[in-house]
Amino acid sequence: MPNPIWQADVFAALKRAHVAQLGYVPDAGHAHLINAAHADPDIRTTVLTTEEEGIALAAGAWLGGQRAVLLMQSSGVGNCINMLSLPVNCRMPFLTLVTMRGEWGEFNPWQVAMGTATPTVLTAAGVHVRRADRPEDAAETVGAAAALAFASCVPVAVLFSQRLIGTKVF
Amino acid sequence: MSGRNDLTLDRRAVVAMLLADPGDLLVVAGLGAATYDAGAAGDRALNFYLWGAMGGTAMIGLGLALAQPNRRVLVITGDGDMLMGLGSLATIAAAHAPNLAIAVLDNAAFGETGAQSSHTGLGTDLAAVAAACGWAATATARDMQEATALRPRLRSEPLFAVIRISPAEVPRHLPPRDGAYLADRFRRALGVAEAS
Repeated sequence: MPNPIWQADVFAALKRAHVAQLGYVPDAGHAHLINAAHADPDIRTTVLTTEEEGIALAAGAWLGGQRAVLLMQSSGVGNCINMLSLPVNCRMPFLTLVTMRGEWGEFNPWQVAMGTATPTVLTAAGVHVRRADRPEDAAETVGAAAALAFASCVPVAVLFSQRLIGTKVF
Repeated sequence: MSGRNDLTLDRRAVVAMLLADPGDLLVVAGLGAATYDAGAAGDRALNFYLWGAMGGTAMIGLGLALAQPNRRVLVITGDGDMLMGLGSLATIAAAHAPNLAIAVLDNAAFGETGAQSSHTGLGTDLAAVAAACGWAATATARDMQEATALRPRLRSEPLFAVIRISPAEVPRHLPPRDGAYLADRFRRALGVAEAS
Protein backbone atom coordinates (compact mmCIF):
# COMPACT_ATOMS: atom_id res chain seq x y z
CA MET A 1 0.00 0.00 0.00
CA PRO A 2 1.22 3.53 -0.69
CA ASN A 3 2.28 5.74 2.15
CA PRO A 4 -0.93 7.44 3.32
CA ILE A 5 0.64 10.60 4.78
CA TRP A 6 0.23 12.75 1.67
CA GLN A 7 -3.24 11.32 1.18
CA ALA A 8 -4.22 12.41 4.68
CA ASP A 9 -3.00 15.88 3.72
CA VAL A 10 -5.11 15.74 0.55
CA PHE A 11 -8.16 14.85 2.62
CA ALA A 12 -7.43 17.79 4.91
CA ALA A 13 -7.24 20.04 1.84
CA LEU A 14 -10.68 18.84 0.72
CA LYS A 15 -12.02 19.57 4.20
CA ARG A 16 -10.54 23.06 4.12
CA ALA A 17 -12.27 23.56 0.78
CA HIS A 18 -15.61 22.67 2.43
CA VAL A 19 -16.24 19.66 0.24
CA ALA A 20 -19.46 18.07 1.54
CA GLN A 21 -20.08 15.32 -1.03
CA LEU A 22 -17.65 12.77 -2.40
CA GLY A 23 -18.50 10.45 -5.27
CA TYR A 24 -16.15 7.66 -6.12
CA VAL A 25 -15.48 4.63 -8.21
CA PRO A 26 -13.45 2.24 -6.07
CA ASP A 27 -9.72 2.59 -6.62
CA ALA A 28 -6.75 1.37 -4.60
CA GLY A 29 -4.92 4.66 -5.08
CA HIS A 30 -7.81 6.55 -3.52
CA ALA A 31 -8.44 4.00 -0.76
CA HIS A 32 -7.28 6.27 2.05
CA LEU A 33 -9.42 9.19 0.87
CA ILE A 34 -12.46 6.94 0.46
CA ASN A 35 -12.06 5.50 3.95
CA ALA A 36 -11.46 8.91 5.49
CA ALA A 37 -14.56 10.31 3.80
CA HIS A 38 -16.70 7.40 5.01
CA ALA A 39 -15.47 8.06 8.54
CA ASP A 40 -16.25 11.79 8.37
CA PRO A 41 -19.79 12.70 9.47
CA ASP A 42 -19.64 15.96 7.50
CA ILE A 43 -18.97 14.31 4.14
CA ARG A 44 -21.63 12.36 2.28
CA THR A 45 -20.09 9.59 0.18
CA THR A 46 -21.72 8.05 -2.87
CA VAL A 47 -20.34 4.93 -4.51
CA LEU A 48 -20.92 5.09 -8.27
CA THR A 49 -21.36 2.42 -10.91
CA THR A 50 -19.57 4.53 -13.52
CA GLU A 51 -17.56 7.72 -13.38
CA GLU A 52 -19.85 10.06 -15.30
CA GLU A 53 -22.49 9.61 -12.61
CA GLY A 54 -20.17 11.58 -10.34
CA ILE A 55 -20.21 14.60 -12.64
CA ALA A 56 -24.00 14.72 -12.54
CA LEU A 57 -23.92 14.14 -8.78
CA ALA A 58 -21.56 17.10 -8.35
CA ALA A 59 -23.82 19.27 -10.53
CA GLY A 60 -26.81 18.41 -8.37
CA ALA A 61 -24.83 19.11 -5.22
CA TRP A 62 -23.88 22.53 -6.58
CA LEU A 63 -27.49 23.31 -7.46
CA GLY A 64 -28.27 22.49 -3.84
CA GLY A 65 -25.50 24.67 -2.44
CA GLN A 66 -22.87 22.03 -1.69
CA ARG A 67 -19.38 21.37 -3.00
CA ALA A 68 -18.48 17.91 -4.28
CA VAL A 69 -15.46 16.00 -5.49
CA LEU A 70 -15.19 12.96 -7.77
CA LEU A 71 -12.48 10.35 -7.23
CA MET A 72 -11.61 8.14 -10.16
CA GLN A 73 -8.86 6.40 -12.06
CA SER A 74 -7.54 7.53 -15.44
CA SER A 75 -9.39 4.68 -17.14
CA GLY A 76 -12.64 6.33 -16.00
CA VAL A 77 -11.88 9.67 -17.60
CA GLY A 78 -12.96 8.35 -20.97
CA ASN A 79 -16.38 7.52 -19.57
CA CYS A 80 -16.90 11.15 -18.62
CA ILE A 81 -16.45 13.08 -21.84
CA ASN A 82 -20.02 14.04 -22.76
CA MET A 83 -21.09 14.52 -19.15
CA LEU A 84 -18.35 17.15 -18.80
CA SER A 85 -20.54 19.34 -21.01
CA LEU A 86 -22.75 19.71 -17.92
CA PRO A 87 -20.39 21.76 -15.72
CA VAL A 88 -18.85 23.48 -18.75
CA ASN A 89 -22.19 24.58 -20.17
CA CYS A 90 -23.78 25.45 -16.83
CA ARG A 91 -20.69 27.33 -15.57
CA MET A 92 -20.52 25.07 -12.54
CA PRO A 93 -17.48 24.14 -10.51
CA PHE A 94 -16.26 20.58 -10.88
CA LEU A 95 -13.34 19.01 -9.03
CA THR A 96 -11.98 15.57 -9.72
CA LEU A 97 -8.93 13.75 -8.40
CA VAL A 98 -7.59 11.20 -10.88
CA THR A 99 -5.12 8.45 -10.05
CA MET A 100 -3.01 7.76 -13.11
CA ARG A 101 -2.37 4.37 -14.64
CA GLY A 102 -0.42 3.39 -17.70
CA GLU A 103 2.42 5.87 -17.34
CA TRP A 104 5.02 4.62 -14.83
CA GLY A 105 6.06 0.98 -14.67
CA GLU A 106 2.63 -0.16 -15.81
CA PHE A 107 2.24 -3.94 -15.97
CA ASN A 108 -1.21 -3.99 -17.59
CA PRO A 109 -1.15 -2.90 -21.24
CA TRP A 110 -4.91 -2.24 -21.18
CA GLN A 111 -4.30 0.77 -18.94
CA VAL A 112 -1.83 2.49 -21.25
CA ALA A 113 -4.17 3.86 -23.93
CA MET A 114 -6.51 5.79 -21.62
CA GLY A 115 -3.71 6.77 -19.27
CA THR A 116 -1.82 8.32 -22.17
CA ALA A 117 -4.92 10.09 -23.47
CA THR A 118 -6.16 11.37 -20.11
CA PRO A 119 -4.65 14.88 -19.98
CA THR A 120 -5.42 15.52 -23.65
CA VAL A 121 -9.00 14.30 -23.35
CA LEU A 122 -9.69 16.35 -20.23
CA THR A 123 -8.21 19.47 -21.79
CA ALA A 124 -10.18 18.97 -24.99
CA ALA A 125 -13.38 18.64 -22.96
CA GLY A 126 -12.77 21.99 -21.25
CA VAL A 127 -11.25 20.81 -17.98
CA HIS A 128 -8.29 22.60 -16.39
CA VAL A 129 -5.65 19.97 -15.69
CA ARG A 130 -3.15 20.07 -12.83
CA ARG A 131 -0.71 17.36 -11.90
CA ALA A 132 0.93 16.17 -8.69
CA ASP A 133 4.12 14.17 -9.13
CA ARG A 134 5.60 14.45 -5.64
CA PRO A 135 4.03 13.67 -2.25
CA GLU A 136 4.90 17.08 -0.84
CA ASP A 137 3.02 18.81 -3.66
CA ALA A 138 -0.19 16.79 -3.63
CA ALA A 139 -2.20 18.57 -0.95
CA GLU A 140 -1.17 22.04 -2.10
CA THR A 141 -2.11 21.16 -5.67
CA VAL A 142 -5.52 19.91 -4.53
CA GLY A 143 -6.09 23.01 -2.44
CA ALA A 144 -5.26 25.29 -5.34
CA ALA A 145 -7.41 23.22 -7.71
CA ALA A 146 -10.35 23.40 -5.32
CA ALA A 147 -9.97 27.16 -5.03
CA LEU A 148 -9.88 27.49 -8.80
CA ALA A 149 -12.89 25.23 -9.30
CA PHE A 150 -15.20 26.61 -6.64
CA ALA A 151 -14.25 30.28 -6.78
CA SER A 152 -14.00 30.60 -10.54
CA CYS A 153 -16.71 28.05 -11.38
CA VAL A 154 -14.69 25.92 -13.77
CA PRO A 155 -13.98 22.19 -14.04
CA VAL A 156 -10.57 21.18 -12.68
CA ALA A 157 -8.84 17.80 -12.59
CA VAL A 158 -5.82 16.93 -10.47
CA LEU A 159 -3.85 14.00 -11.84
CA PHE A 160 -1.99 11.99 -9.20
CA SER A 161 0.90 10.49 -11.14
CA GLN A 162 1.43 6.76 -11.07
CA ARG A 163 4.88 7.34 -9.64
CA LEU A 164 3.26 9.18 -6.74
CA ILE A 165 0.64 6.57 -5.94
CA GLY A 166 2.96 3.63 -6.52
CA THR A 167 2.89 1.13 -9.33
CA LYS A 168 0.39 -1.66 -8.82
CA VAL A 169 2.18 -4.95 -8.25
CA PHE A 170 0.65 -8.03 -9.85
CA MET B 1 -45.99 -4.22 -19.73
CA SER B 2 -48.67 -3.95 -22.38
CA GLY B 3 -52.37 -3.87 -21.69
CA ARG B 4 -55.66 -2.28 -22.65
CA ASN B 5 -54.67 1.28 -21.74
CA ASP B 6 -50.95 0.99 -22.30
CA LEU B 7 -49.17 3.87 -24.03
CA THR B 8 -52.25 6.06 -24.33
CA LEU B 9 -51.64 8.84 -21.79
CA ASP B 10 -51.06 12.37 -23.06
CA ARG B 11 -47.63 13.37 -21.78
CA ARG B 12 -48.45 17.05 -21.39
CA ALA B 13 -51.55 16.27 -19.33
CA VAL B 14 -49.56 13.89 -17.14
CA VAL B 15 -46.76 16.36 -16.43
CA ALA B 16 -49.19 19.25 -15.92
CA MET B 17 -50.93 17.08 -13.33
CA LEU B 18 -47.66 16.03 -11.64
CA LEU B 19 -46.38 19.61 -11.45
CA ALA B 20 -49.63 21.38 -10.55
CA ASP B 21 -49.23 23.49 -7.40
CA PRO B 22 -45.51 22.79 -7.22
CA GLY B 23 -44.89 24.81 -4.08
CA ASP B 24 -41.20 24.59 -3.26
CA LEU B 25 -40.70 21.28 -5.10
CA LEU B 26 -37.26 21.02 -6.72
CA VAL B 27 -37.62 19.65 -10.26
CA VAL B 28 -34.93 18.22 -12.52
CA ALA B 29 -36.16 17.50 -16.05
CA GLY B 30 -34.34 15.23 -18.49
CA LEU B 31 -33.31 16.24 -21.96
CA GLY B 32 -35.77 16.24 -24.81
CA ALA B 33 -39.48 15.97 -24.34
CA ALA B 34 -39.42 15.77 -20.53
CA THR B 35 -37.79 19.20 -20.44
CA TYR B 36 -40.41 20.54 -22.89
CA ASP B 37 -43.21 19.03 -20.80
CA ALA B 38 -41.89 20.52 -17.55
CA GLY B 39 -41.53 23.93 -19.18
CA ALA B 40 -45.01 23.71 -20.66
CA ALA B 41 -46.41 22.99 -17.21
CA GLY B 42 -45.17 26.43 -16.14
CA ASP B 43 -41.62 27.76 -16.16
CA ARG B 44 -40.25 28.43 -12.68
CA ALA B 45 -36.85 29.07 -11.16
CA LEU B 46 -36.84 25.78 -9.24
CA ASN B 47 -37.11 23.79 -12.48
CA PHE B 48 -33.71 22.73 -13.77
CA TYR B 49 -33.99 21.71 -17.42
CA LEU B 50 -31.45 19.54 -19.14
CA TRP B 51 -30.80 19.93 -22.84
CA GLY B 52 -27.93 17.44 -22.86
CA ALA B 53 -25.90 15.35 -20.38
CA MET B 54 -28.00 12.34 -21.35
CA GLY B 55 -28.08 9.67 -18.68
CA GLY B 56 -27.31 12.12 -15.88
CA THR B 57 -30.70 13.46 -14.88
CA ALA B 58 -31.36 11.07 -12.01
CA MET B 59 -27.87 11.59 -10.60
CA ILE B 60 -28.33 15.37 -10.63
CA GLY B 61 -31.45 14.69 -8.62
CA LEU B 62 -29.44 12.62 -6.15
CA GLY B 63 -26.75 15.26 -5.64
CA LEU B 64 -29.45 17.86 -5.12
CA ALA B 65 -31.45 15.67 -2.74
CA LEU B 66 -28.37 14.95 -0.62
CA ALA B 67 -27.50 18.65 -0.50
CA GLN B 68 -31.08 19.66 0.40
CA PRO B 69 -32.37 16.90 2.68
CA ASN B 70 -35.30 19.01 3.88
CA ARG B 71 -36.65 19.66 0.39
CA ARG B 72 -38.44 17.32 -1.98
CA VAL B 73 -36.71 16.59 -5.29
CA LEU B 74 -38.60 15.21 -8.29
CA VAL B 75 -36.78 13.95 -11.37
CA ILE B 76 -38.93 13.80 -14.50
CA THR B 77 -37.30 12.17 -17.47
CA GLY B 78 -37.80 9.87 -20.42
CA ASP B 79 -37.14 6.18 -20.87
CA GLY B 80 -34.13 6.82 -23.12
CA ASP B 81 -32.35 9.02 -20.56
CA MET B 82 -33.12 6.54 -17.77
CA LEU B 83 -31.87 3.63 -19.88
CA MET B 84 -28.60 5.45 -20.55
CA GLY B 85 -28.18 5.99 -16.82
CA LEU B 86 -29.36 2.54 -15.79
CA GLY B 87 -26.48 2.10 -13.37
CA SER B 88 -27.59 5.19 -11.50
CA LEU B 89 -30.66 3.25 -10.36
CA ALA B 90 -28.28 1.09 -8.32
CA THR B 91 -26.30 4.10 -7.14
CA ILE B 92 -29.41 5.95 -6.01
CA ALA B 93 -30.94 2.92 -4.32
CA ALA B 94 -27.71 2.44 -2.38
CA ALA B 95 -27.67 6.11 -1.37
CA HIS B 96 -31.06 5.97 0.39
CA ALA B 97 -32.16 9.56 -0.20
CA PRO B 98 -35.66 9.66 1.27
CA ASN B 99 -36.50 13.01 -0.36
CA LEU B 100 -35.85 11.94 -3.97
CA ALA B 101 -38.42 10.49 -6.37
CA ILE B 102 -38.16 9.70 -10.08
CA ALA B 103 -40.96 9.71 -12.62
CA VAL B 104 -40.07 8.17 -15.98
CA LEU B 105 -42.27 9.18 -18.89
CA ASP B 106 -42.08 5.94 -20.81
CA ASN B 107 -43.30 6.02 -24.40
CA ALA B 108 -41.27 2.94 -25.33
CA ALA B 109 -39.56 4.96 -28.04
CA PHE B 110 -36.74 7.39 -28.76
CA GLY B 111 -39.08 10.22 -29.65
CA GLU B 112 -36.49 12.90 -30.38
CA THR B 113 -34.74 10.90 -33.05
CA GLY B 114 -37.50 9.35 -35.11
CA ALA B 115 -39.44 7.19 -32.67
CA GLN B 116 -37.28 4.11 -32.91
CA SER B 117 -38.33 1.47 -30.39
CA SER B 118 -36.47 1.84 -27.11
CA HIS B 119 -35.56 -1.04 -24.84
CA THR B 120 -38.72 -0.50 -22.81
CA GLY B 121 -40.62 -1.29 -26.01
CA LEU B 122 -38.45 -4.35 -26.52
CA GLY B 123 -38.94 -5.97 -23.14
CA THR B 124 -37.17 -3.95 -20.44
CA ASP B 125 -39.37 -3.06 -17.45
CA LEU B 126 -37.70 -0.08 -15.77
CA ALA B 127 -39.77 -0.39 -12.59
CA ALA B 128 -38.64 -4.01 -12.27
CA VAL B 129 -35.04 -2.94 -12.89
CA ALA B 130 -35.33 -0.33 -10.16
CA ALA B 131 -36.81 -2.86 -7.76
CA ALA B 132 -34.00 -5.28 -8.52
CA CYS B 133 -31.51 -2.46 -7.85
CA GLY B 134 -32.92 -2.05 -4.37
CA TRP B 135 -35.64 0.59 -4.71
CA ALA B 136 -38.20 -0.29 -2.04
CA ALA B 137 -41.06 1.56 -3.72
CA THR B 138 -41.76 1.25 -7.44
CA ALA B 139 -44.94 1.71 -9.45
CA THR B 140 -46.24 1.72 -12.99
CA ALA B 141 -49.18 3.83 -14.19
CA ARG B 142 -51.05 3.28 -17.46
CA ASP B 143 -54.04 5.58 -17.15
CA MET B 144 -54.73 8.99 -15.66
CA GLN B 145 -56.30 7.58 -12.52
CA GLU B 146 -53.19 5.53 -11.77
CA ALA B 147 -50.90 8.43 -12.66
CA THR B 148 -52.85 10.84 -10.47
CA ALA B 149 -52.57 8.44 -7.56
CA LEU B 150 -48.78 8.62 -7.91
CA ARG B 151 -48.66 12.40 -7.53
CA PRO B 152 -48.77 12.56 -3.70
CA ARG B 153 -46.40 9.61 -3.45
CA LEU B 154 -43.87 11.31 -5.73
CA ARG B 155 -43.88 14.23 -3.31
CA SER B 156 -43.55 12.23 -0.12
CA GLU B 157 -41.75 8.94 -0.81
CA PRO B 158 -38.52 7.73 -2.39
CA LEU B 159 -40.60 6.35 -5.27
CA PHE B 160 -39.50 5.19 -8.69
CA ALA B 161 -42.50 5.49 -10.99
CA VAL B 162 -42.93 4.56 -14.62
CA ILE B 163 -45.76 6.35 -16.37
CA ARG B 164 -46.58 4.77 -19.70
CA ILE B 165 -47.41 7.60 -22.11
CA SER B 166 -48.45 7.83 -25.72
CA PRO B 167 -45.58 8.09 -28.21
CA ALA B 168 -47.58 10.69 -30.17
CA GLU B 169 -45.67 13.88 -30.82
CA VAL B 170 -46.91 17.04 -29.13
CA PRO B 171 -46.10 20.65 -30.09
CA ARG B 172 -42.63 21.76 -29.05
CA HIS B 173 -42.47 23.99 -26.01
CA LEU B 174 -38.95 25.25 -25.49
CA PRO B 175 -37.98 26.50 -22.01
CA PRO B 176 -34.72 28.41 -21.47
CA ARG B 177 -31.64 26.46 -22.57
CA ASP B 178 -28.75 28.55 -21.27
CA GLY B 179 -27.32 26.23 -18.62
CA ALA B 180 -25.47 28.95 -16.72
CA TYR B 181 -28.66 31.00 -16.51
CA LEU B 182 -30.72 28.01 -15.38
CA ALA B 183 -28.20 26.99 -12.72
CA ASP B 184 -27.80 30.50 -11.36
CA ARG B 185 -31.54 31.11 -11.36
CA PHE B 186 -32.12 27.85 -9.51
CA ARG B 187 -29.45 28.57 -6.87
CA ARG B 188 -30.73 32.10 -6.27
CA ALA B 189 -34.30 30.85 -5.85
CA LEU B 190 -33.04 28.25 -3.41
CA GLY B 191 -31.04 30.86 -1.52
CA VAL B 192 -27.65 29.16 -1.93
CA ALA B 193 -26.09 31.39 -4.58
CA GLU B 194 -24.10 33.48 -2.13
CA ALA B 195 -23.43 30.74 0.42
CA SER B 196 -21.03 28.68 -1.65
